[in-house]
Amino acid sequence: MRRPVLDVSALPPIAYGSRTTIWWGVLGLIAIEGAALALTAVAALYLRQNFMTWPPYGTPPPGLAAATANVVLLALSVWPMYVADRAAQRERRLPVIIALGIACVFNVATLALRGFEFAALNCWWDDHAYGSAVWLLLGMHAAHLVASAIENVLLLALVVKGPLERKHFVDVHVNALYWYFIVAVWVPVYVLVFLAPRWS
Amino acid sequence: MSAMLLSLVLLLAGCGAPAALSPAGPQAGQIAGLWAVFFWVSVVVEVAVVAFLLYAVLRARRPVLTLPALAAEPLAERRLTRGVSAATALTAIVVVALLAASILVTRALGALHAPQALTVEIAGHQWWWEVEYWDPVPSQRVRTANEIHVPVGEAVLVKLRASDVIHSLWVPPLHGKKDLIPGHATSLWIKADRPGAFGGQCAEFCGYQHAHMRLLVIAESRGAFDAWLARQRRPAPEPTDAQARRGRDVFLTGPCAICHTIVGTPAAARLGPDLTHLAGRTTLAAGTLPNTPGHLAGWIIDPQRIKPGVHMPSIGLDGADLQALLAYLGSLK
Amino acid sequence: MSAELAVRDVDDAATRAALEVTWAPPRGVLGLLGTVNHKVVAIRYIVSAFVFFALAGVLALVMRAQLAYPEARLVGPDLYNQIFTVHGSTMMFLFAVPVMEAMGLYLVPLMVGTRNVAFPRLNAFGFWIYLIGGALLWGAFLLNAGPDAGWFAYVPLAGPDQAPGKRIDVWAQMITFTELAALVGAVELVVTTLKLRAPGMSLNRVPLFVWAMLVTAFMVIFAMPAIMVASTMLAMDRLVDTHFFNVAEGGDALLWQHLFWFFGHPEVYIIFIPATGFVSTIVQTFARRPIVGYPAMVLSLIATGFLGFGLWVHHMFATGLPKLGESFFTAASMLIAIPTGVQIFCWLATLRSGRVLVRAPLLYVLAFVATFVLGGLSGVMVASAPLDLQLHDTFFVVAHLHYVLIGGSVFPLLGALHYWLPKMSGRMPSEGLGRLTVAILFVGFQLTFFPMHQLGLAGMPRRVYTYLPETGWGPLNALSSVGAALLGVAVLLFVANVAWTLRRGARAEDDPWGADTLEWSTTSPPPAYNFVHIPVVESRHPLWTHPSPRVVTGLRIDVREVLVTDAIDAVPDHRHMLDGPTLYPFLTAMAAGIGIITAIFTPWGITVGVVLTLPPLIGWFWPAGEAIAGTTREKA
Repeated sequence: MRRPVLDVSALPPIAYGSRTTIWWGVLGLIAIEGAALALTAVAALYLRQNFMTWPPYGTPPPGLAAATANVVLLALSVWPMYVADRAAQRERRLPVIIALGIACVFNVATLALRGFEFAALNCWWDDHAYGSAVWLLLGMHAAHLVASAIENVLLLALVVKGPLERKHFVDVHVNALYWYFIVAVWVPVYVLVFLAPRWS
Repeated sequence: MSAMLLSLVLLLAGCGAPAALSPAGPQAGQIAGLWAVFFWVSVVVEVAVVAFLLYAVLRARRPVLTLPALAAEPLAERRLTRGVSAATALTAIVVVALLAASILVTRALGALHAPQALTVEIAGHQWWWEVEYWDPVPSQRVRTANEIHVPVGEAVLVKLRASDVIHSLWVPPLHGKKDLIPGHATSLWIKADRPGAFGGQCAEFCGYQHAHMRLLVIAESRGAFDAWLARQRRPAPEPTDAQARRGRDVFLTGPCAICHTIVGTPAAARLGPDLTHLAGRTTLAAGTLPNTPGHLAGWIIDPQRIKPGVHMPSIGLDGADLQALLAYLGSLK
Repeated sequence: MSAELAVRDVDDAATRAALEVTWAPPRGVLGLLGTVNHKVVAIRYIVSAFVFFALAGVLALVMRAQLAYPEARLVGPDLYNQIFTVHGSTMMFLFAVPVMEAMGLYLVPLMVGTRNVAFPRLNAFGFWIYLIGGALLWGAFLLNAGPDAGWFAYVPLAGPDQAPGKRIDVWAQMITFTELAALVGAVELVVTTLKLRAPGMSLNRVPLFVWAMLVTAFMVIFAMPAIMVASTMLAMDRLVDTHFFNVAEGGDALLWQHLFWFFGHPEVYIIFIPATGFVSTIVQTFARRPIVGYPAMVLSLIATGFLGFGLWVHHMFATGLPKLGESFFTAASMLIAIPTGVQIFCWLATLRSGRVLVRAPLLYVLAFVATFVLGGLSGVMVASAPLDLQLHDTFFVVAHLHYVLIGGSVFPLLGALHYWLPKMSGRMPSEGLGRLTVAILFVGFQLTFFPMHQLGLAGMPRRVYTYLPETGWGPLNALSSVGAALLGVAVLLFVANVAWTLRRGARAEDDPWGADTLEWSTTSPPPAYNFVHIPVVESRHPLWTHPSPRVVTGLRIDVREVLVTDAIDAVPDHRHMLDGPTLYPFLTAMAAGIGIITAIFTPWGITVGVVLTLPPLIGWFWPAGEAIAGTTREKA
């Protein structure tokens, strides 16, 4: 039967950025997790009203060293992730492997630092509401780091030895988007958990 | 519709004006006035919408099952758009008017206060109300439970607190609710314009016996109120006969004194209601039972049957001890 | 490289044959547990949601029996508190939100003209997670460990000191499951709507139902995190002794209420907005004309979506807020009446100017308008801070919320199911039985809930397991209980109609109602791949304008390929291969289920969950579902 058609066979089978469904999916994930973090932060500020001082009397303010180092480390980690992102968009396997590998190292290092950050909070989560709030905020971000570490390592393994398909370059690309989010939200979490207690 | 009519009939026939709409004070009066505005606006809107809906459907042109004509008739469409716009504008005007009325009433509600007013502190407990009449002299403070006496025509400050869970004080003829929240002190002003006994109830779900957490506000003349308060300030009367004396011993040596206070005796625990003038109150168990010896006996023997889950345990008493205890408690006027 | 307009020879039969093979449903265990067909997943969702609806409805009948007369002793306070908590939690978390999303997951891909949702495996995962959450709640309830602090679980009543035992932990973890599922569904709906629309379906041609689901999905994305944060804090307070809500250590009881209602009020609109989509669809079809004021309808939906986030404090007027805040939230709560009003006026205008075909789905809509307007008006009442002080937490609010949730959402939902049943099942429901159902439903509903307004004004608080005879609340409660029985009959009639349809209903044509949207252009029921050819859309009402529309060719039919278009104008952008069936989403959900249920008892449950979900997750994302992809290629 002859009929008028729209022939899409010439369209590419792959795309990057906001053209793809997965990019929007990751954006949705970011919106959800961003909303959760923002609400937790607001909850912490709300609880702060119940305290004469923040941190409460008897709890020293958190140590800054590890957390500040993590700000630097996370900021630096953007670079290998960006390189991996760009290489993925050009669909070049070896540069992706190298850059993603470096990013994985950064990711694991941030997790190690996170251990010291928890210690530097100078209180336990069951000491008082202050302790609960800062542990939760830091813990939520740590959960993102863990999830991302698993994802990064998996992707790296896939690119190194898996049956690589073109769509996996898109995965590397959106994985980078998620990583940028994790780095970006660390700044407000850092300010709220580590700097704000020194201002009051 | 039939249900609406039916319940409307019921409303007009038997039930009379509901508690929230038969105000006994200025606060509830203001709200009842606002209610009337909202109610009649709602009636008009609902009737208009349903009438138009029925008219539209019943008087509509006959259906076509072929493809609907999409080429709109511009004149008719413009008329429809204008109709929708007009209805929307009208809605906006009505909403803003209702909003303004609300804000005015909110202000009026906040306007009630008086210097040196009688201050009553109410603490919500699972599942009863602890009431304390505040006085600068601690020995002059009066503690009672589940029944509040107020002088007619005077603004009274009610301070609210809770220690276990959230409760909400609601005496519909006097005022709307106010929550009692652990960690947050709240308060409200009430004023009764006429004498009477006004029932109230906890309005925030608070566990097993939320249903039986009632209270009574008794508004009376200043003279009667002062006399009542003076009575409450006295310690419990000494038992006058042997039976009542035995009852006091039962009270003091048994489990009762672990939770309850009777001023003038060593019993000074505050886990349960203050019983110093129990016999002067009209109800038992937070408004659940009328205060008669029979009900009191039933309550003491098996409170779990009357209010399952209540914190008062069942107390095993032999008949003679129970009679003695009832005699003693009955003497606490 | 771009799409090209042409006139070609199109071999429908060959295409269909190839698609049948490529999209063939898997058999056996894989078919049962591994399907990723959005229609199968959605129908499972809908059926599960209705099972929960029926169960929670039985609880409602038990409550009405207990309240039918004063001091009834049918159930005690302990059981009653579990019953109303499980009723509310089930209706909100296991019925209303899931069923609305499920309707979207079934209809949106069909309405926008694509073959599946954007992430088919994630979609299946969402369903399994939801089912585990529902099983958890009801399993616990049947073991007498059902939550008993209300569906709102206010602290301190739900806190570790006042609620020992595991009942509240069950509630908190059920929340985790169902909200995760809701979020998954929301992301599916957003991405499917924005990226998988048929070419030409620019945003101003998107059907109103799809718009409604899009707005709903965005609301889910921003509202649900609040309850997840809150329930996480509650679970931590109970499990690892944090102090978020512990007043003695600087925690705050009102923090819970703020977080809960920041989710809880948008939740109402999350349930209501899809219903407006049903109503718009049904009104348009049976008035035989386009909806009056399409742009106004869309803007109203979006405005409602935004305003819905500004009202949460109107659930907290009695807590004693600053006056200014009170007035602000009163204003926001009342203003939302305006966009809702716009929608109602547009429907009325459409009906007035249409050529109205009175069929059962339209009768549901008429029942909806009469009931919902009343619920909206009582909503304006409770939005007013001073009035709310009298009405809050009384049976008036029980009446109000059922007017908006049943009248506003369930009536349209039942109408929508009647309307789309021919598409879903391929058979026509009984018109007579449908009309009878509407009549009994309407009368039963009014009889049950209208008297509750009166009871609330008379001083009857919510959540009481009984009341004293001297309150005088007996007669109206008895009336309400009779109505509830009638409502039960109506629901049974509806189920009977569905059963009759599936067994005896006449075969449905492709477009039995003469509707305008794309789902009616394919067969009833639609094939696994939805459309033999992806349609090209040239108007807002494709089936009313194009007897023989232009179609898309050039998509691969030997793999599960769909067309991705741009978010605004739906210009073809690239071709995209969707994932096929697999067991991994099911396994991942089970692993997560074990982890989260363990977390009811010990915080190590989280670790257990992570460790257990890792292998199936790796399996899920690791390429080379060789077995599946390989065979399909062979057969093709």
